[in-house]
Amino acid sequence: MSDPTSLTLAEARDAVRSKSLSSRELTEAHVAAVAAARPLNAFITETPERALAMADAADARIARGEAGPLEGLPLGIKDLYCTEGVRTTAGSRILDSFVPGYESTVSSQLWRDGAVMLGKLNLDEFAMGSSNETSYHGPAVSPWRRPGSETALVPGGSSGGSAAAVAARLCLGATATDTGGSIRQPAAFTGTVGIKPTYGRCSRWGVVAFASSLDQAGPITRTVRDAAILLRSMAGHDPKDSTSVDLAVPDYEAEVGASVAGKTIGIPRQYRIDGMPAEIDALWAEGVAWLKAAGARIVDIELPHTRYALPAYYIVAPAEASSNLARYDGVRYGLRVPGRDIAEMYGNTRAAGFGPEVRRRIMIGTYVLSAGYYDAYYLKAQKIRTLVRQDFERAFADGVDAILTPATPSAAFAIGEKGGDDPIAMYLNDAFTVTVNLAGLPGIAVPAGLSADKLPLGLQLIGRPFDEGTLFSLAEVIERSAPKTELPSDWWSATAPTR
Amino acid sequence: MSIDQATVRRVAQLARISLAEGEVEHLRGELNAILSFVAELDGVDVEGVEPMTSVLPMQLRRRPDAVTDGGIAPKIVANAAASEDHLFAVPKVIE
Repeated sequence: MSDPTSLTLAEARDAVRSKSLSSRELTEAHVAAVAAARPLNAFITETPERALAMADAADARIARGEAGPLEGLPLGIKDLYCTEGVRTTAGSRILDSFVPGYESTVSSQLWRDGAVMLGKLNLDEFAMGSSNETSYHGPAVSPWRRPGSETALVPGGSSGGSAAAVAARLCLGATATDTGGSIRQPAAFTGTVGIKPTYGRCSRWGVVAFASSLDQAGPITRTVRDAAILLRSMAGHDPKDSTSVDLAVPDYEAEVGASVAGKTIGIPRQYRIDGMPAEIDALWAEGVAWLKAAGARIVDIELPHTRYALPAYYIVAPAEASSNLARYDGVRYGLRVPGRDIAEMYGNTRAAGFGPEVRRRIMIGTYVLSAGYYDAYYLKAQKIRTLVRQDFERAFADGVDAILTPATPSAAFAIGEKGGDDPIAMYLNDAFTVTVNLAGLPGIAVPAGLSADKLPLGLQLIGRPFDEGTLFSLAEVIERSAPKTELPSDWWSATAPTR
Repeated sequence: MSIDQATVRRVAQLARISLAEGEVEHLRGELNAILSFVAELDGVDVEGVEPMTSVLPMQLRRRPDAVTDGGIAPKIVANAAASEDHLFAVPKVIE
């Protein structure tokens, strides 16, 4: 057999199930790939011993004929998911030594189904960022480079470690989370597939909270089929999350390859923004052509409040974050920096424990929720949110099955290129993804081609609530129709420092 | 709406984040940049629009008012910076 890390998750599943490959062999290959890829900084914590023990247990279950849907498949877990007995940092100094005494519901379902944990993946601090550069553990590096250049590019964010690890074939798939685009934007930047399911589809229990009304868990994988397989295990009702929905989880994999003939696809002109590169527009037009060729009907739609989504998000998300992150005070867990009294201890702990972007967002959130400003900012943003949702509801009521847009306004940029003193430049990365979070809808990013710089570009499909199945069918059409692109070949192992 | 240095200090105090004097002006600039970005919403007419309070139209589920967990005090204090007898320890609060 060729290198097991080059298999898709579905291929590896079938090989392990048919016993042509053991989970032990598959896992050892991935453990070695992870260790050799440290220059990518995709993992914050590697758990090779646990991975091999889980692989052996999986092989034993396979031998007994008890294989689960993900039996023996090595995955990476975003370091926002609490893992029992394994350090969970949220990419922050304030949780640098935090070892949860419990397991997140979503990751526990992966282990229930037989998956193997390779370790915890890098991310922007508390998932706040679009480039993975706000991580206390340093930026994750994309396996992609511009031709002839050694400039380090961002893998996107906040799930940058997840996207980099999947694109570099360090794991068969990874968990991620998406509050404003944190699954779809890094997937688009790395030529991988990422789906943010409908709000309530996956339990948020045990996932470190950023903005509770926007956060959703989802997978990043190399193929649409792989995403469908992983989401089925991740999704489902959980009594421990009162917003998780009690709906049966469909067999998403069965939707991959299903006909899309007769589906109505909406094209919102409001996503054609000023200054958008011509290549993004051209890619979008190609996506339209591919879906049309597969028998879908294309209609122009209006989503008039699109431009207000990003500003509304930058009120709602910081407001919820300021409330959620109030718990980090140096008392129950995490860093403690002493002070003269308890108030000073709180202040010192939070000043030292949070990085600049997190502090900025906590302060904006505190401001918009403070007396005298609540109505002008927070309440108004919640009303805008209603308008954004109504835009989508109107389109769906008119018979639209899904909406096609670009995933990001550009391809990946270099580490250090954006942000700096202008936080807004970074925020604009999420212009196309954030509407979906505000409205609670499912959205998938799927690779669709390469930029002039030979970097991946993605398209996004937005679906009706709980209609992830249609998104998988449509995304597979794009995956099948798009020109085949090879994932970047390994330049990083050669530069690995020995440990 | 533009905020001044006194507001930056007040917000930092509310957020329990200690600020060094040298950070205030820099932070004022960044916060104002964000506030002027969100000021785009000023032009939107939201008269009669209900604020979104639930992402999906659903009733909050209820469960029986029963104990579902407990007896794990050592686990709960395991990550604390300081604890004594399964209690979180903090600097003296009452003189």
